[in-house]
Amino acid sequence: MTAPEPDGQAPAGQAPAGGPAEAAAAVADSAVLRVEHIAKRFGAVTALADINLHVNRGEVLGLLGDNGAGKSTLLKILCGFQPPDSGRILLDGQEVILKSVDNARSLGIDVVYQDLALIDELTVYHNMFLKREKVRWPLLNNRAMRKIARERLDAIGIGLKSVDVPVARLSGGQRQAIAVARAVYSDAKVLLLDEPLAAMGAKEAAMILDLIRDLKSKGEISIIIVAHNYGQAIEICDRINLLQHGEITFDKLAKNTSVQELNDIVIEEYRRALLERQRSA
Amino acid sequence: MSETAERTPEVAALPPTPGLGGGPWGAVKRTAAVLAQQREATVFVVAVVLVIYFWRTAPAFLTKDNIVNLSQITAPVAIIAIGEVFLLVCGEIDLSVGFVFAFSPFLMHYLIDYYGVPAVLAVILSLLMGVAAGFANGFITVALRVPSFIATLGTGFILWGLMLTTSNAYPANIPNKAQGIGHWIGTYAWAEITWAIVLVAIFQVALSRTRWGLHTVAVGGNLLGASEAGISVARIKYSAFMLTGFMGALVGMQEAFRTNSIDPSSGGYTPMFYAIAGAVIGGTALAGGSGTIVGAFLGAFVLSALTDGFNLIGISANPLNIIFGAAILVAMIANVQLARLRRAGRTT
Repeated sequence: MTAPEPDGQAPAGQAPAGGPAEAAAAVADSAVLRVEHIAKRFGAVTALADINLHVNRGEVLGLLGDNGAGKSTLLKILCGFQPPDSGRILLDGQEVILKSVDNARSLGIDVVYQDLALIDELTVYHNMFLKREKVRWPLLNNRAMRKIARERLDAIGIGLKSVDVPVARLSGGQRQAIAVARAVYSDAKVLLLDEPLAAMGAKEAAMILDLIRDLKSKGEISIIIVAHNYGQAIEICDRINLLQHGEITFDKLAKNTSVQELNDIVIEEYRRALLERQRSA
Repeated sequence: MSETAERTPEVAALPPTPGLGGGPWGAVKRTAAVLAQQREATVFVVAVVLVIYFWRTAPAFLTKDNIVNLSQITAPVAIIAIGEVFLLVCGEIDLSVGFVFAFSPFLMHYLIDYYGVPAVLAVILSLLMGVAAGFANGFITVALRVPSFIATLGTGFILWGLMLTTSNAYPANIPNKAQGIGHWIGTYAWAEITWAIVLVAIFQVALSRTRWGLHTVAVGGNLLGASEAGISVARIKYSAFMLTGFMGALVGMQEAFRTNSIDPSSGGYTPMFYAIAGAVIGGTALAGGSGTIVGAFLGAFVLSALTDGFNLIGISANPLNIIFGAAILVAMIANVQLARLRRAGRTT
């Protein structure tokens, strides 16, 4: 791997450097979640080479990167969906092994997947409580779930007239909001959002951004957002990490970076890849 | 998924029903609208129409003897359909259940007559054989990743071969020691349909009102999504295969007790295909994600009524398959179209 050049990037395998203050902040252990030397391969393909990152309490961390950079793979490891090949994960300073999604959730890590993990055939309230159903043994307590779902969606400001409709009949933004609401109300310490604004119109994106801002203002939950849109990420996040070739190569406070800077890094990466290709040809 | 294109931009509760009006005619329209929201509605209407038709054309259709006969044709198909609905809803299928059906009474016979096992224990062990066959189907499908269509085709042949080899393809008598318990299982005229109704009620509630049922729908509706939500997809699939195996073994013994003979030609593909046809006619989606046990029961009844009714009015068995095929196609077309209307919220 070639050593990165621009300011704010870290050489491969070393701690990322945003600016002096940020590097220090990265070391200080107010981190709720810390990831050290995580690697993951799929056959001959290295999805994650050596990931080191952290997210502080109440912080919103933006995880940016090109397609295939490994963002979704990293999120799937952090939510217990798949194990890493090596490296360790620390939650509140304690090393944890995330055996399953359920296990990660019980430890306080919840996720909203890019595909939302909603079941089209099920109602809004069944989706909101999927795998966390209210039960009056042996039956589902549908009345309680319906009532709570109604209250939560109203609190978030999602204008659904009924929670009894199948989610197949909701708009993209409403589906996204339900997936986020499901995770938000799971008492998570760390919330992972995989492309929460993907393929969304401006109005719907604004609703999700408001939801994230609301969570941020409460300061109780740490959020990692995987995003493609640099502008939105800088607007909503406290800190930005850039993932390239399976490593974190950039770590800066959002207020100290810009869309231009992030674009320059990615363009530089493309140039380098192009040159290498030409040389090998 | 195809539903994406059909999503409405702004959602809402089911829209008010315009144009239904008041008065008695309005009430009929409203009832029809509510019925159309139910998956079982189509098949229920078909069942009622068939009963009226056969009653008018063959008055013997509603005599006590024929109702017993009808119940004995319906019950085995309906009981097997319970398992198949769970499997279809979670996106799988079991082609071997008819051979579990055939093998279970033989196993009971071997255990009692050759190994001196008490009758009750032999019945329990034979039922457990069905569960074990279901587990094997689950293992091959889930752990070894062989599609269930192929996996159960293979296990079906194995069970068939086991039954024929161990029995030399000769029928056997019901063991005397098992006659007592046999009354409860299938000898009494109404035993099978009573079992069917009780099991249908229990498993309809299980599918629609328990976590198990909800997770089964989730697995069939969105396999990856269910898995990402933390649902154990493997556990759900194993449970559906094991339930189907249990139902196959139960029906095998019921039929043996009812006919007072353990017959190597019983079971096979026919009851399995009838059960799947009944499930599909009743509103269960072959692609997974939705289904109803009550609908499958009604579907089984429709197929049985067709068999019995055409027999009574003197139509030979040969053209019956044409009617069955047409019934399945019509039911599927109606289900697909009604499902589209439900998704679009236009049925009310």
